[in-house]
Amino acid sequence: MSSHSESAAHGHLMFHEHVVPVSTYLAVFITLLIATGLTTWIAFQDLGQWNLVVALAIAVCKASLVVLFFMHVKYNKGLSRIVLIAAVFWLGIMITFTLADELTRHWQINPQPWVGTIVPVVRHLLF
Amino acid sequence: MSTTATVENLPNASAEPQVNYLNARYGVKSWLLTVDHKRIGLLYLCTITVMFVVGGIAATMMRINLLEPQGALVEPETYNKLFSTHGLVMVFFFLVPSIPVTLGNFLIPMMIGARDVAFPRLNLLSWYIFATGCLIMLYVVCTGGVDTGWTFYTPFSTTYSTTDVVLAALSIFVAGFSSILTGVNFIVTIHKMRAPGMTWFRLPLFIWSMYASAIIFVLGTPVIAITLLLLGVERLLHVGIFDPALGGDPLLFQHLFWFYSHPAVYIMILPSMGVISELIAAFSRKRIFGYSFVAFSSLAIAIISFLVWGHHMFVSGESIYAGLVFSVLSFLVAIPSAVKVFNWTATLYKGSISYEAPMLYALGFLGLFTIGGLTGLYLASLSTDVHLSGTYFVVAHFHYIMVGAAVMAFMGGIHFWWPKITGHLYPDLWARIAAAIIFIGFNLTFFPQFVLGYLGMPRRYAMYPAEFQALNVLSTAGASVLAVGYIIPFIYLIWSLKYGPVAGPNPFGAKGLEWTTQSPPPTENYLKIPIVTEEAYNYETAPEPEVVRV
Repeated sequence: MSSHSESAAHGHLMFHEHVVPVSTYLAVFITLLIATGLTTWIAFQDLGQWNLVVALAIAVCKASLVVLFFMHVKYNKGLSRIVLIAAVFWLGIMITFTLADELTRHWQINPQPWVGTIVPVVRHLLF
Repeated sequence: MSTTATVENLPNASAEPQVNYLNARYGVKSWLLTVDHKRIGLLYLCTITVMFVVGGIAATMMRINLLEPQGALVEPETYNKLFSTHGLVMVFFFLVPSIPVTLGNFLIPMMIGARDVAFPRLNLLSWYIFATGCLIMLYVVCTGGVDTGWTFYTPFSTTYSTTDVVLAALSIFVAGFSSILTGVNFIVTIHKMRAPGMTWFRLPLFIWSMYASAIIFVLGTPVIAITLLLLGVERLLHVGIFDPALGGDPLLFQHLFWFYSHPAVYIMILPSMGVISELIAAFSRKRIFGYSFVAFSSLAIAIISFLVWGHHMFVSGESIYAGLVFSVLSFLVAIPSAVKVFNWTATLYKGSISYEAPMLYALGFLGLFTIGGLTGLYLASLSTDVHLSGTYFVVAHFHYIMVGAAVMAFMGGIHFWWPKITGHLYPDLWARIAAAIIFIGFNLTFFPQFVLGYLGMPRRYAMYPAEFQALNVLSTAGASVLAVGYIIPFIYLIWSLKYGPVAGPNPFGAKGLEWTTQSPPPTENYLKIPIVTEEAYNYETAPEPEVVRV
């Protein structure tokens, strides 16, 4: 870009690209393959209520490896990390509010008036 | 003109035609392989104009059908396809891209004093991706259409619809990648490519609003892409995700869909607000009142827009407690929106106001956006929404925002920057007449729909009880007026390309870097990179306009 060449001409190189050795990429790639195999194997084991948790835990680890190494977030600071944090935060918003609906759907639709619930508690505490 | 050092390099407007981005190269290939942000903006303008016509034809046929209670034109099944086509095409292929990809592409580098966007080839790629999405959608429309509505609600879309739902969803999936790439491009451009002296708080407010929209593009669009992918997976492979019969949850689809699609409304309106800030400052010849409040309200709207989606689901079976939270959060959006409206109004106060066509659109925007915004509060209230949800009140409300506000701003922006884009002036009298016709036609079309909705007429029906006919005829009559209002600018803008008087660098006497270079600009935008030394909208140092002010 023009701004890049101009800055370079002034002796300030704007971009310091970190060169990652191929061995690191290979190691990450093999780890991802192993994790994929693990996910497949786990899918055929019945862990009861842990089924989902284990599958998601492996998926999060894999995603983290991709983001940190393949997408270079491990070597970049500042704006790149802000973007990553914002994305994760937004994912959190989506999951939290969706669960806020899902987990409260069975709650009583017509709750007792506050007075009716609070007064006995206060009376119990005071007397 | 103290903002830049380029002025002395500008040739005289009356001299020989200058080399600019339009005449620097000729031929179809020079357009299809261009990496110039200005040419790409024009490619987008042509594409979305075609899609606007397609969506408009569908709307016209719907309104004609609703002239009679039993339907005057088409079968109910065809009507379903018409409103689906209208919604899908207008939302995903006109409104969402409209201002960002045309005016945004053209103006962002120019306004910040850059020679292009950060990733010019990525910019061209995003047009090709968008055009591919358009072609897929047009193929769907030509081969039988889709009847799910633009919302693709499950389980109808995944199980019962017999139309080509997957291909329609694919078109949006593809076009979504164009949005993401454009958003990334804009964010990086605004962060990294600003001219010397162009600090964040010297940026035109258009840039702030484009920045906020780009954030929504990047954070929201992947969610709709994955949602439509899941829809395709369920429809084709019968994996239970949304269909209760397969162990899925239909409300999950609505959560995921609206997580993107409500912020998408702000993708439409935030750039419009940016345009309006520029227009009101230029035609009041004043700095925008409370610049930083207007700037931050754009970011506030972008953030809050992601917290309100549940208000689309109050009567869908969503938990009443989640509904309460979403209701309160929805009311919060009104605050930054009101900040903008009040600040624009305060800018007008004691301004040197003139009423050229762009300003008429801006003033129209103010009124229509206020009506659209305030009627949204009825729908954000749990109790009134029970009565109004699913009626024509909703249709009227979102058309006041999406057409009344967003399209008015788009038209205003096109008129304001047309001399810069093309180097030619259009006939201002005709432009003002068209703006008035659009305003009248729009209100005649959609105001009766508020009444129809309140009286209980449901949306998306091809037929209606006979007592609603008078208001429906009124609405259809308004749509005809509106159509005339859109056709007139199309004619005189095309006319102006050949016969319009040559525009100087700054026909409106406006502030902003883009007005300091020639019209049309050279391919590099600026012969020298400008150095910015003053705030935005410093109209005390503005040049006199070249066109006759009225």
